[in-house]
Amino acid sequence: MLKDMMTRFELYRPTALADAYELIDQFGAGAWLMAGGQDSLDWFKDRAKQPRAVIELSQIEGMTGVRETADGVEIGALTTLAEIEENALVRERYGLLVSAASHVASPQIRNVGTIGGNLCQDTRCWYYRAGLSCYRAGGNICYADSPEGMNREHCLFGASRCVAVSPSDTAPALVALDASMVVSSRKGERVVRAERFFVGPDVDIQRMTALQPGEILTAIRIPSAFSSANFYFEKVAERKTWDFALVSVAAALRIESGTIRDARIVCGGVECRPRRMRDAEDAIRGREQNAETAGAAARRSAGGARPLRYNEYKIPLVENLVTRAVRDA
Amino acid sequence: MKGIAVSTTVNGDAVEFVCDARETLLDVLRNHLGLTGAKEGCGTGDCGACSVLLDGQLVCSCLVLGAEVEGREIETVEGMADGDRLHPLQKRFLEHAALQCGVCTPGFLVAAKALLERNSNPSESEIRYALAGNLCRCTGYDKIVHAVHAAAGDLRRQQKARKKRKAAG
Ligand SMILES: Cc1cc2nc3c(=O)[nH]c(=O)nc-3n(C[C@H](O)[C@H](O)[C@H](O)COP(=O)(O)OP(=O)(O)OC[C@H]3O[C@@H](n4cnc5c(N)ncnc54)[C@H](O)[C@@H]3O)c2cc1C
Ligand code: FES
Ligand code: FES
Repeated sequence: MLKDMMTRFELYRPTALADAYELIDQFGAGAWLMAGGQDSLDWFKDRAKQPRAVIELSQIEGMTGVRETADGVEIGALTTLAEIEENALVRERYGLLVSAASHVASPQIRNVGTIGGNLCQDTRCWYYRAGLSCYRAGGNICYADSPEGMNREHCLFGASRCVAVSPSDTAPALVALDASMVVSSRKGERVVRAERFFVGPDVDIQRMTALQPGEILTAIRIPSAFSSANFYFEKVAERKTWDFALVSVAAALRIESGTIRDARIVCGGVECRPRRMRDAEDAIRGREQNAETAGAAARRSAGGARPLRYNEYKIPLVENLVTRAVRDA
Repeated sequence: MKGIAVSTTVNGDAVEFVCDARETLLDVLRNHLGLTGAKEGCGTGDCGACSVLLDGQLVCSCLVLGAEVEGREIETVEGMADGDRLHPLQKRFLEHAALQCGVCTPGFLVAAKALLERNSNPSESEIRYALAGNLCRCTGYDKIVHAVHAAAGDLRRQQKARKKRKAAG
């Protein structure tokens, strides 16, 4: 396949959301939103995506930075991952997000890549990425789930024709923090809980988020419920420097005098969306934080997993990560 | 082809160029401005050979569009030496034999410069974290890390000497 030869497109750099909506209307399916471009350009260079119009969002005012709100913080969708890593307010209250952001890619990519782009990025399934006509691309086969399919990186849960996983490191952290996504369109604004923002193939096989055509993610709100709670983030990847997660865990625990009052435990790399480990959470609420409790959580974390041919190793990985999260948060 | 006219600053000089929407900053530097220091190792953000500073931030120039640098400041490896006086990082890379084929070197130099501008005395793990986006297929990373460590010392000494001279009036 031809690499590094993008097909022709027009570049637009609107300075207001209203102009961006107009461009989306004008170009319809030919329009592509671009924030930092760290995922987008890769698609264009592979020619797996060939938009007619690239609508670059960086000039739109009011979509960057971290603001304190009555109940937590609001982060503009165009805030870079590096800015989040360095932001004093986020560091003080939501170390989980800082940790997740600092595990994304490389310094270069974190300097340009935005939190919005990190949350909205498409899956890394290489069959799909290579531009093959799989279910997700509108075709009628899942190559990764075929008898010869290479599926070490694919899902344990929630498969529905497609077995791809969500690649974002910040998404599990934001689900653990019970964040909400502010989604804007010509029709106005709607606020979607992080847990509902990410969707599996059963809901929409061609999209990984609840964003509809014409909608733009403008901000992320993190409530104070888990502000300065006990956090744990760990990402297991093939390499020590930049790489996508095989499995990651993001956990937020509210602990009072040694007892776990509330917990949200979320794994990345195991489903098409961040997977909340509800059974594990239920198993530990009200219990003391210790190795035994951690073991109880681990035993409840992989129930219902349906491994593919090459990814059964992810089951003990999930269990071990959940153990550490509960024990060490 | 409809060109996009862009005004920017490269290594301190005001520069104007016309590019296609699809051209990356790396294409512009190499093909329009004759600055071939930044290399294309992958074109996909994996290797860091194309690293430059954009408004002081380390970026992969293969993943930034030329049109996006309007009004911004770019620094490339070509701006590091002062005439024929090499930057301490460049000297130390030579001394420590921190390169073989050299394709990765401009990227490492710029990435190391970005680190030392923020942190004048980085630990080994801070150096490795800051260089995590740069790949080298030949040398291995130890020599590179040692070179950056040594150059950090040089820069601190230079800084101290400058302060002393200033204090002496
Ligand atoms: C070498 C390499 C390594 C990587 N490693 C990791 C990793 O370890 N972990 C990880 O999580 N990611 C990784 N990534 C993926 C990616 O680069 C980053 O996730 C980055 O944060 C994307 O942000 P961006 O702003 O550049 O996205 P863009 O490329 O601008 O956008 C990505 C997608 O999101 C959509 N989008 C962007 N902003 C909005 C918005 N505001 N509203 C609606 N839609 C929007 C775009 O249309 C596009 O489809 C890696 C990428 C590369 C090239
Ligand atoms: S050429 Fe840009 S990262 Fe490899
Ligand atoms: S010296 Fe050859 S790639 Fe680094």
